[in-house]
Amino acid sequence: MLDNLTNRLSGVIKNLRGQARLTDANIQDAMREVRMALLEADVALPVVKTFISHVKERALGQEVMGSLTPGQALVGVVNEELTKLMGEKNDALNLAAVPPAIVLMAGLQGAGKTTTVGKLAKLLKETQKKKVLVVSADVYRPAAIEQLKTLAGQIGVEWFPSDGTQKPVEIARAAVDHAKRHFFDVLMVDTAGRLAIDDAMMQEIKALHASLNPIETLFVVDAMQGQDAVNTAQAFNEALPLTGVILTKMDGDARGGAALSVRHVTGKPIKFIGVGEKLTGLEPFHPERMASRILGMGDVLSLIEEVQKGIDQDEAAKMAKKLKSGKGFDLEDFKAQMQQMKNMGGMANLLEKMPGQLGQMAKGVQGAEAEKSMRRIEGIINSMTPEERRKPELLKASRKRRIAAGSGVTVQEVNRLLNQFEQTQKMMKQFSSKGGLMKMMRGMKGMLPGGM
Amino acid sequence: MFSFFKKKSAPPATPASSETPATNTTAIAEPHIADAPSTPETAVIAPVVAEAVPPKKPSWTERLKAGLSKTRDKLGKSLAGLFGGGKIDEDLYDELETVLLTADMGVDATLHLLKDVRERVSLRGLKDAAELKGALKDSLNDLIGPLEQPLDIAGRKPYVIMMAGVNGAGKTTSIGKLAKYFQSQGKSVLLAAGDTFRAAAREQLIAWGERNNVTVIAQQSGDSAAVCFDAIKAAQARGIDIVLADTAGRLPTQLHLMEEIKKVKRVIQKALPEAPHEVMLVLDANIGQNAINQVKVFDEALGLTGLILTKLDGTAKGGVIAAIAKQNPVPLRFVGVGESIDDLRPFNARDYVDALFD
Repeated sequence: MLDNLTNRLSGVIKNLRGQARLTDANIQDAMREVRMALLEADVALPVVKTFISHVKERALGQEVMGSLTPGQALVGVVNEELTKLMGEKNDALNLAAVPPAIVLMAGLQGAGKTTTVGKLAKLLKETQKKKVLVVSADVYRPAAIEQLKTLAGQIGVEWFPSDGTQKPVEIARAAVDHAKRHFFDVLMVDTAGRLAIDDAMMQEIKALHASLNPIETLFVVDAMQGQDAVNTAQAFNEALPLTGVILTKMDGDARGGAALSVRHVTGKPIKFIGVGEKLTGLEPFHPERMASRILGMGDVLSLIEEVQKGIDQDEAAKMAKKLKSGKGFDLEDFKAQMQQMKNMGGMANLLEKMPGQLGQMAKGVQGAEAEKSMRRIEGIINSMTPEERRKPELLKASRKRRIAAGSGVTVQEVNRLLNQFEQTQKMMKQFSSKGGLMKMMRGMKGMLPGGM
Repeated sequence: MFSFFKKKSAPPATPASSETPATNTTAIAEPHIADAPSTPETAVIAPVVAEAVPPKKPSWTERLKAGLSKTRDKLGKSLAGLFGGGKIDEDLYDELETVLLTADMGVDATLHLLKDVRERVSLRGLKDAAELKGALKDSLNDLIGPLEQPLDIAGRKPYVIMMAGVNGAGKTTSIGKLAKYFQSQGKSVLLAAGDTFRAAAREQLIAWGERNNVTVIAQQSGDSAAVCFDAIKAAQARGIDIVLADTAGRLPTQLHLMEEIKKVKRVIQKALPEAPHEVMLVLDANIGQNAINQVKVFDEALGLTGLILTKLDGTAKGGVIAAIAKQNPVPLRFVGVGESIDDLRPFNARDYVDALFD
């Protein structure tokens, strides 16, 4: 996520670190590089200009003198300005209204509105225990209504029927009525994608907004969007009283300049980011985290949150208890651990969020490769008897041969797995004795199934 | 050649390939192709189409111009100031740079164009800022001209076109429009609903199929490679001219999905060794510099033979094609400039440049 921009900026700043002091000339160079990097990252030109001038002004000012090295000062300034540009802190969804709290979605075609409705409904249902009703007012695109219906079925929220012959405003009114009478907490209204210059369609969504009077009007933007993000955001902002922005497709390798532009142009907070094609892929947007991430400092906070979300607490407690009770960590636990890792979206996703060097390492380990070898390890463990899983020391040549044949690998691979397991076991012993997550992280380096 | 295939698969298609399950799950939505014009179904559906479409149909170039008018308004206004007259100086070039960058052309292509324009100016000894416009148009035309290579479907039957792209680029919509385009040339078309992932993608394609009176091969769930395989076999059996294979949207970073789409291509090759004849990447004009990367990654995975640039009717300029022409040229086959079903047309570089600047 945004890693190209990170690389570019860290390259620039590294150059600057070598310099003894900040001069007008070398900061000029750095700023030109930053400008190019931001432009290539699809940050809109007006935003780039503002950003550069702010940074330059501050970098050349007094603040540089007070700090340790010019390079550090510049990193600090860039970081602060980036955070400022993206909004100071994370804004949560505001649902404080007489129920139903109505959420209206708007955006261009293909931005990801319908998928986001699904993700958001799931999030509200699961984390805030809301009773959610979804309805589609997209009467234009074939099967758009069908798409929302399918999504609603997948996440288990109620879907209000509509069809292509109705007027969007009629659909909305009927849905509000239904939501009121059945005591729904939240009503989410999906709309058709529209161009900001399509007057008829913009009038339609204005009318829709007027009749719904939603508490949240969310503008959905594709993180891959280019320079035009400024114009689109401005037009939608003028037509509708937007309350927030959702950035989608953040798991792509787009440099995500739109994230930097949109907030600056609309002045509205970015509330969520969409990552991944799964319906769980919606995360709160944290500007300060994003800024440190852009500067190559990694996103450790999100990582920790993700770990907490992915780990089955009961399972973890059970394991902790087992480890404490003095019983060893066995292959059964090893497999369970891997399962947990998978639940968190796989190795690649986790590693991506790690700071600096570890993040670079994630690139070395091909995500797909890691995933593949994890599946293979599972296969090997599955070919063992429960007895063998509990007592790996039982495994001698003939058992290994059987396991290798059973899981379609070679005996060497079984051996390699056992080696890895032993390492993990050692690590677990350390972990259960003393030390925290950091130790475990360091240990993970050894656990990476690189060679397999 | 063709009759050979036909004979082989004429008995209700049950290909016994290891990678494709038997076809008994295959549902076929088929509003008979033969009586296309007179089917009442189309008559009923027509008003729905009409609703999204302004009633009057201006010519193609006009529509491209109208589509790009907002683009031009912005570009044009800044250009009017630029080309209004006066001398060619450094400030002018700076402004030109701004204009090109905000059109999503990217740093690389912008620098290239500026250098090229400078050379033209000094070669021709241009002095007046107004003449700069011509030079710029020529430069841009030279850059993106090589991308103008119309799709040639002659000589192969069925001609298999595989679509790929990121989520929301407009693949399924483009397929509908392409089907219409080929039909208007008197070709028979068959659609393969290969997007088995996104909710209701299948239904969307079936709906398009109904509007176009085109057969859609779809499966209740499962594997897009299998759907494509079935579709090609069905096309061979029925003597269809063109197969359009949809796939699910995917981001280039989703490695497992990139592997999956490679498999779709392999399975298509199994069904028909020389297929797919065309692998098209659908690009959204709104997308910025990431489009270059998309072209690169999809090209590495699939060997792209063509591009479609959609959603040019917004304020986005699609200038990224200049960057693509510079860095990883792939023929741009079609551009989409509107919602209506025949708003997809072959790309013409000169028209595009004219529409952008005049």
